[in-house]
Amino acid sequence: MDWGQILSNSASFIIAPATIAYALAAVGLSVQFGYAGLLNMGIAGFMALGAYGYAISSITFGLPWYLCIVVAIAASVVYALILGIPTLRLRGDYLAIVTIAGAEVLRLLFLTSSFDQYTGSADGLTGYQGSFRDSNPFPRGSYGFGPWTMNENQAWVTVIGLVLLAIAVTIVFLLMRSPWGRVLKGIREDEDAVRALGKNVFAFKMQALVLGGIFGALGGVIYALPSSVNPGSYVTSLTFFVYTALLLGGAATIFGPVLGSVVFWVLQTFLGNVLPALAGIGILPVSSSQASTLRFILVGVALMLIVIFRPQGILGNKKELTFVK
Amino acid sequence: MSSPGLISTRPRTMRLLAIFGFALAAIAFFSTAPAAHADEVGLEDNPFRVSGNVQFNGDPLEDVKLTVEGGGYKAEVETDAEGQWRVGVPEKAEYKVTLDESTLPDGVAVVEGSNEQTVEVGPGGRVTTNFFIGKGERNVTPFIDQLVERLVSGLNFGLMLGLAAVGLSLVFGTTGLSNFAHAEMVTFGAVIAWFFSAALGLPLWLGITLALVLSGVFGFLMDAGIWRPLRKRGLGTVQLMIVSIGLSLALRYVFQFFIGGGTRQLPGSNSPEIQLFGSVSLTVIDLVSMGISIVVIAALAFFLLFTRIGKATRAISDNPSLAAASGINVDRVVRIVWILATALAGLAGVLYAYYRPGLKWDMGAQILLLVFAAVTLGGLGTAFGALVGAIIVGILVEISSLWIPADLKYVGALVVLILILLFRPQGILGRRERIG
Repeated sequence: MDWGQILSNSASFIIAPATIAYALAAVGLSVQFGYAGLLNMGIAGFMALGAYGYAISSITFGLPWYLCIVVAIAASVVYALILGIPTLRLRGDYLAIVTIAGAEVLRLLFLTSSFDQYTGSADGLTGYQGSFRDSNPFPRGSYGFGPWTMNENQAWVTVIGLVLLAIAVTIVFLLMRSPWGRVLKGIREDEDAVRALGKNVFAFKMQALVLGGIFGALGGVIYALPSSVNPGSYVTSLTFFVYTALLLGGAATIFGPVLGSVVFWVLQTFLGNVLPALAGIGILPVSSSQASTLRFILVGVALMLIVIFRPQGILGNKKELTFVK
Repeated sequence: MSSPGLISTRPRTMRLLAIFGFALAAIAFFSTAPAAHADEVGLEDNPFRVSGNVQFNGDPLEDVKLTVEGGGYKAEVETDAEGQWRVGVPEKAEYKVTLDESTLPDGVAVVEGSNEQTVEVGPGGRVTTNFFIGKGERNVTPFIDQLVERLVSGLNFGLMLGLAAVGLSLVFGTTGLSNFAHAEMVTFGAVIAWFFSAALGLPLWLGITLALVLSGVFGFLMDAGIWRPLRKRGLGTVQLMIVSIGLSLALRYVFQFFIGGGTRQLPGSNSPEIQLFGSVSLTVIDLVSMGISIVVIAALAFFLLFTRIGKATRAISDNPSLAAASGINVDRVVRIVWILATALAGLAGVLYAYYRPGLKWDMGAQILLLVFAAVTLGGLGTAFGALVGAIIVGILVEISSLWIPADLKYVGALVVLILILLFRPQGILGRRERIG
């Protein structure tokens, strides 16, 4: 059992594209769920729109990479409006069921063979990185050190991802100390009181849904950029994993989503390496595939324990976050 | 005709014979003569050739009409006794080959791809194309038969969904919990039934009974171990919902841990088909499954309407505080509701394992949203509404696959779920104050 390799693999996920993608999506969720109290259970749908929006505009329409990102954002804005106009008046758990159903509808539409020539149906899409890699300013070679060694393409994805994440976190930080952010938190705590003060609650909720959706779509783009888009990635489990990351770090905090995603992925990778290794040398009396299933069981248990015992997360303030009733 | 006298004396007979002979020759000329050549059309006049072979299960199909079309050229051809056809074409270009499905024998159709194929005559000047012919449902079965078949199948699916939906609805009504882990109760029933009857080899009836009993025990343990303590802690509905999501994830992967990622079959999943009428047929399992669903649902209706506990359950669904104030032991009723709900979900799981067919670690999650759709459609918290909703959703899913691709059939139900929540959030049988 190679502890050095396992620790190095785990450490590499501190800044891996998947981690950055989860962090972006979790920042989006923190705006929607943490600050505005909108129980959006369909963040996987926004991520799928981001990923497919990018890949389809690159493959089918041959757009350059920055325009592909714009298309991904536009798709998520349109989806947020379509979803939000009718649903934002619904109670928390109703909104959850509608958003989860919306995300599943999107996934099934991407999965069906009816649109195979655009979506690649069950095989997903690959080979849309050309324009992005052509714009890579890093010359061919190896960058970083230790566990964070990567080739020029990985480095370019990581840099773009970190820049987008930094922009997202800054926007949320500035917004949440502005009057706009205070109204949003007010809606979460007591919607009727805010309405009584003359604020257009619906408009604020819609803005939060759209903003969070954009971050979710950007997360989807970064999730897809390193390799491929596969409809099997955007299942409801993805939403639940992002929620776990978010609640772990702290739903109504600025850095909570980022910290939560890092902890989530580092722990996932660590367990995904350690448990099969332990099974391999006979310490765990299970097969290696069973051992790698164990970590997902632990995710579910962790999600339950966080919500029950520390609903404010690692960084949160217990007084601030009340789950919407 | 040896004597000339015969000719003169019986001219009418001769005339009749002559007409008969001419008719025979005409029939021979118009039917057999062209058929003898129609499997090879235009081979002499054109340098290039498109050909093919039409077979069903290895047997050649004769007299199937095909059309070859492209570049302003069109030829019709019929297959010969070996199922073969050849058409000469003037250019090396793309041609569209269309098989006339009405000339296929009854009960078979083009199954893979469509009855149109595009072929390109390449450098060799010759191209062969084949159609995949199989037992056809699409174009040969009369529409009304398809409709009836879908209706019956949808009713079966809907009744099965109903078993799961009633439990979910009862739990929601009495505790306010949108239980995402209900999907895993469905899987649990199927897994336990499989474990006892397939893995351990016990009789099927015993395996299913044990599955129902253990599902109920599981529900009791969950209520005692998780949900009652959490209610006592005063967690909000959204927090409880997220806890149920965590539980759902954990249980789902526990199932994968034990039975792996593949599909497993319950015993007796290949049951004989019974012909009903026309081309509509049902398997014995379908019939038994529908029978069980109807009996269980009737028993449940009796329980809810006429027993003390059933009445108490409905009272708590209506107004928990008032029910508690009038002396109903809410905790006890909730415990019974949990046992009932999980046992029903377990039964739904066994039936779903036969309907799919096969059981899988995430089979419950596949229908969870349909169950939610059923519950919402009928009105959250109303048991009978959930039943009506489930049957509507089941039939809708099956009927819609007549027009939309089969891999999109759940989309229709989910869109209905969204629309119902938007325009009538209280559902069909729900009351206005439950509005979301």
